[in-house]
This record gives sequence, C-alpha cells and structure tokens, in this order.
Amino acid sequence: MTTDLDQLATALRGTAATDPADDLAAALARAEGEGLVDVAYGHTDSPVGRLLVAVTPAGLLRVGFEGEDEGTVLTDLAVRVSPRVVESARGTEAVRRQLDEYFAGRRDHFEVELDWRLSRGFRRTVLERLYADVPYGRTVSYLGLATLVGSPNASRAVGTAMATNPIPIVVPCHRVLRSGGQLGGYGGGLPAKQLLLALEAGDRLF
Amino acid sequence: MILPPFQQLLDEHGASLHRFCVAQAGPVHGPDCFQETLLAALRAYPELRSTTNLRGWLFTIAHHKVLDHHRAVARRPVAALVGDGIGAGRSGAPVPEASPAAATDHELWSAVAALPGKQRGAVALRFLGDLPYADIAAALGCSEAAARQNVRAGLASLRTEVTR
Repeated sequence: MTTDLDQLATALRGTAATDPADDLAAALARAEGEGLVDVAYGHTDSPVGRLLVAVTPAGLLRVGFEGEDEGTVLTDLAVRVSPRVVESARGTEAVRRQLDEYFAGRRDHFEVELDWRLSRGFRRTVLERLYADVPYGRTVSYLGLATLVGSPNASRAVGTAMATNPIPIVVPCHRVLRSGGQLGGYGGGLPAKQLLLALEAGDRLF
Repeated sequence: MILPPFQQLLDEHGASLHRFCVAQAGPVHGPDCFQETLLAALRAYPELRSTTNLRGWLFTIAHHKVLDHHRAVARRPVAALVGDGIGAGRSGAPVPEASPAAATDHELWSAVAALPGKQRGAVALRFLGDLPYADIAAALGCSEAAARQNVRAGLASLRTEVTR
C-alpha cells in the first residue's frame, strides 16, 4: 500500500507542466494597468553590448551596461525604488525603440521622460544640466561642465557625477572629456565611449 | 531585510504556481486564479515583513484564490457546473488531449479536482507546491498533523479513484 501511495505521489509530481507564458503576460498587463508595477525593465542589443533599461511611471530610471551585474542592478532598484520590479517588453518598448534608432544613426535626441530619483544634490544638478545643454555631436570638458553649473572649482565632483550617472547614453556623460581632449573615464568602458563619440561625429558604425 | 525584485519570485515560482492553479481549478478558470494570485501578491509585496518563505507565501495566496473559485462555483446554479471542471474547454467541449501521457495527467488531475477541499488543497500544496508540512498547515489554517492527515486521506481516495 505504501508503495502504491509512493507511486501515486511520483505520478502527481511528474504531471506535465503547463506553459504559463501567456497567462503571465496577461497578468502583468493587468498589473501595469492597475499601477502595480513600479519598475519595468527590458533589454536591447546595441553596438556597445546588451543594454538593460528600467522604467517607472515617471520615466526612464536606469540604463545598465552589459558589464554591470544585472542581479545587483535590479536588487539596487528594488531597495531604492520599489521591490515591484518586473520584466516587461511592453513597459520598456518606447525607450528600447529610441535607443535602437539612436544607434542606427536615425535619432539625435531622446523623447522620453526621465525619472531622476536615483541622483541627488549636486550630481543631479550636473546631470540635468548636461542633459539639457550638451547636444548630440558636441563635447564638453569636466571643467566646462563645472563652469556651466556655476561651480568652476568642482570639476572633480563633476567627474564623480559622471561616474555615477544612472542613465548613461540618454544622459550623455560620454560627451564629457578631459580638458586636453583625452577621453577621461566611462562606466561602460572606454571603447564604448569612443564608439558613441564616433557615432555622433557621423562615422559609420556598420 | 531586502525584498528581492518581484521578477525573481516569478522566475523561481511562476511555473509551479501556474500548474498548481490549473490542476485544481481546471484549464478554463485555473489561469484566472493564477492571474488573481499574481495581482494579489504584487499588491501586498512591498509591505511584506519577512523573506524567509516567499514560496510558502505565494502558495498560500494561490490556495486562497483557488478556494474562492471553488466557493463561487458552489454558489452557482447546477446547470452552470456543466463544462466547468477540468475535463472541459472554453465552450464546454472536451480539451483535446495531446499525448497519452497528457491524457493520464489529465485523469489524475480531474480526480484531484474532485477531492474534498482540504484534501485537494493539501495534495496540491504537497506535490505541486512541494511545500513542507509546516507551510501546508499554515496555508490550510490547520495543524501540521492535520495537514499530513489531509495529504494522506487525499492520496488514499485518489488511489481508489484512479485505479478503479
């Protein structure tokens, strides 16, 4: 009898799994409609590697490079913004499309709302000024940007603001160079910075 | 305490939650129970005070959604019950059976769906949720001994049902 029950238990465990994909997608669409998704994320392939994009109802929150550990990035968002973080192709569609157009050379500015909440204080001031005042194809020095925000002695702090930019590419920290024209640093790696500058200079990528 | 991104819960437990709901509420209403479970979980998640047993938490919600469904069915006129169970498709027609194995599973889960409420829940939590008896007891709102007894009784009636 015990053997019978064991066999039955094994049979129950082994029943065919149903595919939840469609029902999951339907549930997430409802959740988004009811405002239960606080952070939607998705991915897009680009010449600088696979990018992670995360969006809130307020706008684009985060762009992550392939070199960043995705689990760490998402956990950080769960802690700092909301644990209701889910993958959603739909919720990130507009941002992913605009990034694709940018890398194809068909877009020179982004038309998305930005959610600035991951940046505070001076860093945020610097990033907002960079976003507003340094257009596609132009560059600025760390000192120049410090001067733009009215703190000409703060170029080191400007460097820190660039290094901690949560929305790279869209908030164009790749356009910030050393005074001599040297590249300086870049969170996505210097080859990525060079590639973005070349793209905006009109060089063909492909 | 850090609540992990909700997506992590979906990745780890989504498929078995779905199976749990479909097995008990059938192919027509199971997906609804599954969706209601996820919505309820998302609603409550930011306020959750412990991360030690996220799987048990999710299955407890799912168990209650399945109970809600069975209660709603019980309240409906008898005629509405036809074509409502596991052996029915959207139009009340039998669900096409893909393979002999699927047909056997189907039979097994029809028998599970026909068990009395607590036995059904206990069997499903045990073998689809893979939950320990402490969690099953918490989900059912009974003692651990009673949870064991319900799993045992459920299996026993299944055995007579399936081998009949």
